[in-house]
Amino acid sequence: MRKRWRFIGLLSALALLLITMTSCGTKTALSDQDVLQNDIKNNTITWGVKADTKLFGLMNVKNSQVQGFEIDLAKAMTKEILGKNGKAVFVPVTSQTRVPLLRNGNIDAIMATMTINPERAKQVDFTRSYFDAGQAILVKKGSPIHSVKDLNKKGAVVLGVTGSNSVQNIGKFAPKARVLQLSDYAQALTALKSKQGDALTTDNGILYGMSVENPGYVVVGGAFTNEPYGIAVNKGQTKFKNRLNKALTKVEKDGTYNKLLDKWFGHVKGFNYEEMKR
Amino acid sequence: MIHIFATQWQSLLYGLGQTLLCSIIALFFSLIIGSLFAIFEIMPNKLMRIIGRVYVEIFRNIPLLVITMFFFVVLPLYVTKINGFTAGTIGLTIYTSAFIAETVRSGIQSVDEGQMEGALSNGLSFWQSMRFIVLPQAFKIVIPPLGNQFINLVKNSSVLAFVAGFDLMYQGNMIANDTLQTMPTFFAVGILYLIITMPLSYYMRHLEKKLA
Amino acid sequence: MQNFIDAYSWLNIRYLLQGLWVTVEVSVASIILSYIIGTVLGVIRYAQIKYFSAIVGFVIDLIRNLPLLLIIFFTYFGLPNLGFKPAIIEAAILAMTVFESMMIAEIVRSGIIAVDSGQMEGALSNGLTYWQGLRIILLPQAMKNMIPALVSQFISLVKDTSLATIIVLPEMMYHAQIIYGQNSNYIIPMFIALAVLYFVVCYALSLLSRYFEHRLA
Repeated sequence: MRKRWRFIGLLSALALLLITMTSCGTKTALSDQDVLQNDIKNNTITWGVKADTKLFGLMNVKNSQVQGFEIDLAKAMTKEILGKNGKAVFVPVTSQTRVPLLRNGNIDAIMATMTINPERAKQVDFTRSYFDAGQAILVKKGSPIHSVKDLNKKGAVVLGVTGSNSVQNIGKFAPKARVLQLSDYAQALTALKSKQGDALTTDNGILYGMSVENPGYVVVGGAFTNEPYGIAVNKGQTKFKNRLNKALTKVEKDGTYNKLLDKWFGHVKGFNYEEMKR
Repeated sequence: MIHIFATQWQSLLYGLGQTLLCSIIALFFSLIIGSLFAIFEIMPNKLMRIIGRVYVEIFRNIPLLVITMFFFVVLPLYVTKINGFTAGTIGLTIYTSAFIAETVRSGIQSVDEGQMEGALSNGLSFWQSMRFIVLPQAFKIVIPPLGNQFINLVKNSSVLAFVAGFDLMYQGNMIANDTLQTMPTFFAVGILYLIITMPLSYYMRHLEKKLA
Repeated sequence: MQNFIDAYSWLNIRYLLQGLWVTVEVSVASIILSYIIGTVLGVIRYAQIKYFSAIVGFVIDLIRNLPLLLIIFFTYFGLPNLGFKPAIIEAAILAMTVFESMMIAEIVRSGIIAVDSGQMEGALSNGLTYWQGLRIILLPQAMKNMIPALVSQFISLVKDTSLATIIVLPEMMYHAQIIYGQNSNYIIPMFIALAVLYFVVCYALSLLSRYFEHRLA
């Protein structure tokens, strides 16, 4: 008898937990507030950025500052929106934390190598693209794989990184290949070196960066998709989104954008960043 | 969350299966290996004692992720290729066996020493008295802490997510990234873990009462 | 080889040690808090107080059966919905404490049970109350037997702090990830450094446990 009560108690507690959590998950409490207005009032925009991705957003070990193309672009856009004294605050995010942090209002916008796609656009609003990456593959020098088509066979294994759009694309371009997702770029590259996979796929800028560090590995076949990176904001923050789009246009027009491309990608051998200039 | 179950049940179910499979294999082998090293640690032979102690201290005190990564990325370079699931399961077995060895050792030592002496003086060998006299009593004492270790094992199997072992956590991460519904997905994953661990902990409780 | 020399530059080692400090801070705070709370909960569960013990027992089972990773995640992202917005380190300590208390409660409960029940009867017949008997007679003896299990749990706890990388707690594992993010060739040197540093901390705990075991034996 006691056992049964225990069981019933367990079920009801689970149900209660379920209800509270689901209601938490769907509620967007902060969407009623105007993020743009708050930011102007506080003279601060809080950005969710990558801290472990070379060239885009990487924590500097020396001074614990995040540095990269996205960081500089975010700073330029902050100055454009808030004026010269506007402050940009950077919060490191991971693929698991970025959306909950946005929903909870810890960050105002996500600028973290996030590809715009329709499935994601159901959950967040994207600005227009601020960086046109393309997906490519990295293989060991002398590998028989010369493009993504060579991976479309049984037994081929492609390595990717959790949270990137590129693993889904492999399903379209090489449906017969098996995809393994690892938790960061360094782990994925190490797995490639250990022959746990035939190729590593992600966005070309990142791959060329890896190839510079590891001369035995090369990018082959060029980009086979377009991966437009967008800034994500909470649903309903249309004013903020429009303001961000406007700021992006401004930094593109005044040459800041191209200068930043030169600064961060100028030394990456093989990466054709010139054609990405705006 | 119900939406996640409805649309992603295939990957979640597959993940649940992988987690269960890895847990069962690791539980079986770590119990055997762990008990063996626990006995080493209390054997009269000093060399065996040192071997037991070193094994326990090394594998208990370094992170599971490091052990698993060794099997996943270092071993293939020099020995043989093994996949993420195998690497994770081996890593988990070694790691948990060190904890189980420590648990069982403390159980054996809390059994009265007179029992062992009595068994030996009655003509049983060391291994016989271990098997028939000391271990059964020791296991009774260590069931609750052992249960803790088993539950830890099931949850630690999420290390497979780091080596693409297609377990529950891996599938959860994947779904969360595809749909961006992070909270509901992780909540679903939590419930699926409970489906494995809750019965396990109730079974251990049952065993404890039965043997008491 | 060059990779190892570069990876172990003073800058990187210092950064790793800064992470170790956060790991130690969170671990020590969680160990102290969860030891106290866990003992209280374990005694309550053992004492079979009507309804109360059953409810406590149920909560213990529920929480200790959930993956810590998810508890950390829900603490950091779920609590703000209830009006309390913890900082990252607060959320980490809170989640670790809640989870480890439940593990320790289970150890304490089973430790008390393992002590001969005749002792309690003796204490009661000598005029002690039930709670006095528990506190003065049973608990001290139980604690002695529990040391190995408790320390195993604390060792798990120290290493489990690395799960808080999911909410970007700047502990040792996260700092290692940042370092090998600078150059992917640093990953194996960093994993070796992690193994060594975690080993040092946990082995110290383990030695402490053997010391107490011998002293109390």
